[in-house]
Amino acid sequence: MSQRNPAATSLNASLFEGTSRQVRSLADEKIAITVEGLDLYYGDDQALKGISMKIPERRVTAFIGPSGCGKSTLLRCFNRMNDLVDSCRIEGAINLHGDNIYGRGTDVAELRRRVGMVFQKPNPFPKSIYENVAYGLRLQGVKNKRLLDEVVERSIKAVGLWDEVKDRLQSNAFGLSGGQQQRLVIARAIAIEPEVILLDEPTSALDPISTAKIEELMEELKEKYTILIVTHNMQQAARVSDYTAYMYLGELIEYADTMHLFTNPGQKATEDYITGRYG
Amino acid sequence: MENRRIGGHYSHRYDAELEEVVNRVLAMGGLVESQLSNALQAFIDGDSPVAQEVTENDTRVNTFEVTIDERCVEILARRQPAAMDLRLIVAVIKTITDLERIGDLAASIARMALRQAQGDRPRKQTFRDIETMGNRVIKMLGDALDAFARMDAAAAVTVVRQDFAIDSDHEAIMRQNVTYMMEDPRNISRMLDVTHATRALERVGDHARNMCEYTIYLVKGRDVRHIDLSEMEAIVEEKAGQGTEGTDL
Repeated sequence: MSQRNPAATSLNASLFEGTSRQVRSLADEKIAITVEGLDLYYGDDQALKGISMKIPERRVTAFIGPSGCGKSTLLRCFNRMNDLVDSCRIEGAINLHGDNIYGRGTDVAELRRRVGMVFQKPNPFPKSIYENVAYGLRLQGVKNKRLLDEVVERSIKAVGLWDEVKDRLQSNAFGLSGGQQQRLVIARAIAIEPEVILLDEPTSALDPISTAKIEELMEELKEKYTILIVTHNMQQAARVSDYTAYMYLGELIEYADTMHLFTNPGQKATEDYITGRYG
Repeated sequence: MENRRIGGHYSHRYDAELEEVVNRVLAMGGLVESQLSNALQAFIDGDSPVAQEVTENDTRVNTFEVTIDERCVEILARRQPAAMDLRLIVAVIKTITDLERIGDLAASIARMALRQAQGDRPRKQTFRDIETMGNRVIKMLGDALDAFARMDAAAAVTVVRQDFAIDSDHEAIMRQNVTYMMEDPRNISRMLDVTHATRALERVGDHARNMCEYTIYLVKGRDVRHIDLSEMEAIVEEKAGQGTEGTDL
């Protein structure tokens, strides 16, 4: 292309990386999770219909769509939370770094160590701040006090909570504000070094400042972890994610680079949803 | 004006806000069109009262620009538009900048008309050429506004093509002007005004082209600035949704 973009030649070129932002493509990404032909039924109702997608490593992938579109159901498939629902039946495959998590012999406890999850409502354990974060390691049988101290400090620091709680690590976690509790829960999830973090509406119960802190945290966490987030807040998806998937009635309608999806979606259904139109 | 591409939000007020912005742009466009056509007529006929009116009306154009910008900022802040709505606001903000510049150029042609009316008039042939060029420019501006109003990318590309004829008119008149100036140095000062007016018309063509580029961005979601016409045509002919990665990626 004979682009003559002034940004490329001006003195201010250093302000901009390159001449224009390239649309991200999964072809250039390492893939963490591959979903192939996933169907999910609750009894006779089909909640997910033939979902196939690749989720990139160390990126934030957002799932948006109206209530009941299956986005939370899909998110719960990634650490087999749906196993807890009796009537739930799943067909198809999900591969996490090459392992079929619905294959025979999958250790679900080990899977949930590799794939951490954070929910809409902060759910700290009724224990001290310290014990909340150390819990996963203790479960794995770690007894070394120095190692526990180290991991607790590192994890709490990673979520930006250290300065707020370092003097009261032994206090009950319920004494923290909602936003602090949510960050503590994220610290608990990352203490056991997962590969993937699933966030199901992580900020919908939080005030704007706590929300901003969690969003900022996602930006930092994606350097080490693959992050999947379900959100009703489209602006949040636009702010924090690299890729966005739009789901409707159990189907994956469109899945693309976030900037692209929010400025120039390919499907009319996506356009109608993100612009607040009735389809 | 009921525009299907704008309407259809759950919030009817949002529909109305976007409608209003588009209608104001078209009203501003209409005013700028008449400013340009009056300025050109005043320049050709040596009509001072009309020229005077054009210079006075320029503040109305400026007011349109400021108020439309205000509305756009308000929509950005309140509604956080996405997709086509976002592109509409961006296109509007940019379009009215070009419209305002066209308004300035019309005012500057009108000021030259006022000066010309007081002194010797250039030859008839010169005016005939300027009139031909001016009519082309006015048509191009009108067509650019039409393409925006109808949100028609294909129409916008054909308008862009009109700029070539305007550029060649400009070159031809310039060559002629230089000849007249060389013939008799006493021609120089009035021919300079003709040169400036011609230059202003040529610039209007460029602004109209920019407006078409924003319309294509609005409709196709593709930035077509600083590319060849053939590339622009190829982009406009692409089917909707191309360039978007589907679910199979």
